[in-house]
Amino acid sequence: MPTAPVQMDSLREQIRRIEAGSRVSCGFLPFGITDIDDRLPGGGLALGALHEVAGGANGAIDGAAAALFAAGILARTHGQVLWCMSRRDLFAPALAQAGLHPDRVIYAEAGSDTAILACFEEGLRHGGLAGVVAEVGKLGMTPSRRLQLAAEASGTIGIAIRRWRRQTEAADFGQPTASTTRWRVTALPASPLPVPGVGRPRWQVELIRARAGESADFEVEACDEEGRIAIPAKLVHRPVATVDGSERAVA
Amino acid sequence: MGRSAPSLDTPVVLIGHEGRRRVVLAADQAARRAGLTVGMPATKAQALVEDLVILDADPEADGAALHRLAVWMQRHYAPLVTVYHPDGLVLDISGVAHLFGGEAAMLKDMLRKLASVGCGARIAAAPSYGAAHALARCVATTTYILAEDKVSEALDLLPTAALRLPGEMVAALKKLGFERIGELNATPRAPLALRFGSMIGARLDQAYGRVSEPLDPIIPPETPHVRKNFAEPIGAPETIARYTGVLVEQMAAELEVKGLGARKLDLLLFRVDNHIEAIRVGTSRPVRDVKRLTKLLCDRIEKVDPGFGVETMTLTAFVAEPLTYRASVSALGEPEVKDVSGLIDTLSNRIGEQQLYRLTPVESDVPERAVRRVTPLTPASGASWPAYWPRPTRLLDPPEAVETVALLPDHPPVAFTWRGMRRRVARADGPERIFGEWWKSDIECSAVRDYFQIEDDVGERYWLFRAGDGEDQKTGSQRWFLHGVFA
Repeated sequence: MPTAPVQMDSLREQIRRIEAGSRVSCGFLPFGITDIDDRLPGGGLALGALHEVAGGANGAIDGAAAALFAAGILARTHGQVLWCMSRRDLFAPALAQAGLHPDRVIYAEAGSDTAILACFEEGLRHGGLAGVVAEVGKLGMTPSRRLQLAAEASGTIGIAIRRWRRQTEAADFGQPTASTTRWRVTALPASPLPVPGVGRPRWQVELIRARAGESADFEVEACDEEGRIAIPAKLVHRPVATVDGSERAVA
Repeated sequence: MGRSAPSLDTPVVLIGHEGRRRVVLAADQAARRAGLTVGMPATKAQALVEDLVILDADPEADGAALHRLAVWMQRHYAPLVTVYHPDGLVLDISGVAHLFGGEAAMLKDMLRKLASVGCGARIAAAPSYGAAHALARCVATTTYILAEDKVSEALDLLPTAALRLPGEMVAALKKLGFERIGELNATPRAPLALRFGSMIGARLDQAYGRVSEPLDPIIPPETPHVRKNFAEPIGAPETIARYTGVLVEQMAAELEVKGLGARKLDLLLFRVDNHIEAIRVGTSRPVRDVKRLTKLLCDRIEKVDPGFGVETMTLTAFVAEPLTYRASVSALGEPEVKDVSGLIDTLSNRIGEQQLYRLTPVESDVPERAVRRVTPLTPASGASWPAYWPRPTRLLDPPEAVETVALLPDHPPVAFTWRGMRRRVARADGPERIFGEWWKSDIECSAVRDYFQIEDDVGERYWLFRAGDGEDQKTGSQRWFLHGVFA
């Protein structure tokens, strides 16, 4: 016998309250795009939780799109951000262009993955930060569980950028971890322009795993100066644009 | 001596009494070049050099100055420092070198700071005090670092005089044919002990690190200092942590009386075998908060080895600064600024102060010069980089050379090969021309870089530049480089 939706909703609410236990309720950070937010339980990225982002294709090694995706998320929060890394190739002006102001970011350079994870956890436990980002390669079940619990206890959002030295190691991303969501961001050809040049970059954003949610794929336009991603306008559904002289000449 | 000091190229010697003879106790570089040596009779020195400046030695003032230097070294570098009269300082740098970026960087830093106050120094780091003493005095380079497993290799070749033995004993050993430490080490101990006592054996063991050698650290006067003795030695980390808490409470009370907050703290654990283990922590602002200081210290307890037990613990706030109370909320309606200095202290004690930073803009068009590191607690400047030029998320340092097919002078490449993979260019934007900063160096006077944002046919975006304007060889080599990866 199908249960009435109202009853289901109240049951879900009850389960959620039991699961929450003593953890701080800290809300969600919506992307502001209905298509993505609808797929995420709670209507956005959970704030007191661990999220994983990796790059697809060459991005698994350089982690450029993943870093900018994370910067865009943190740009929409308030307060200081801790960014832990082992390789010093991150270029701060790009983060500033995604809306993450340089005054907000504290960088911690640690030598090894274990040291990075220790800094990551310390940052999450502190509770005074808006978010913590760490660029790590290996992330096992136990460390990720610790990080998830630390994030839950303080209500700080944690983003692990998974980045490997070699393409073959990227298969590690299939291993289970305790993170709440898991994303893969791959660069796509930029939005077409009517003139020669590179338009607004586009990404293929795959939600590979979401706790209590389903996975999904999106094609989005990269972060603007306030850290917002956007769904590209589908040109085919638009009314015919007024064609100017130059375009006619090309056609 | 101020203005009346003799110039650098005047030979100067210090004269003192050795028994009833007046001998040279110290000679400067110019005097040594003129052939004077330490231990030479004063009259002979006077006869050898015509315009010799002779001053009376003042060992007490020397000792006091060395002690002051030791206090300064202790404040800057390591918790355990002792004075080795007449000419040495001993620092136990175990567990502190990482705060300076490794031993080599730490030694270099010491040398530079000492040179800036006019002190020449020779510094050696070794697994044992004896070895470091010998190497600092016998190796020609100003800094020397001895690896853990190279001790006997290095020590075997050094002269016996480096072993901290009395002069007459060294002379007697020389008469017997022992010139190097290695020869002495290979000789049976019993006959040596019969003739010279147990000292040679003890010094050999200390130098080779076979027995530990306790240091008697200096405690600078007037620093807040608390101490706890135990009737029974303690060893469990939880017990050490508990008593650390007790000591911090006492310290906080003492600091409150003086109106101070701690900037740097040393926790010394005196073990039953006379060895001292040390924990040094620093804070970015003066702190008197018991919980926070205890956490900082307890964070490092796992790094110390309690051995057979700890019988005394001391806590010293060797750098303390005035601490005033301030309101936690500045004004109504202003957003609350969360204090992260506690986290910064924890992290900088763990990974080193240099490794924790914020980046701030520098007015420069050259991408690699556009960022500068500042300490994490620097007040926010509000400045950011200009937003109108695209900048890559990852910047390669140094830029990597790529092979390209491109039309000159101002077209983007049609294809390029990077890290062994050929990529076809689908779209490109540019050039963004960046000129060298002629006020920095002559080479940059005419240097030009043309940057292109390039998208390959699978959609990955790169930042390429050509060194030069594509026409004039003076502006650069006209070769192509990949400088960054866009998201």
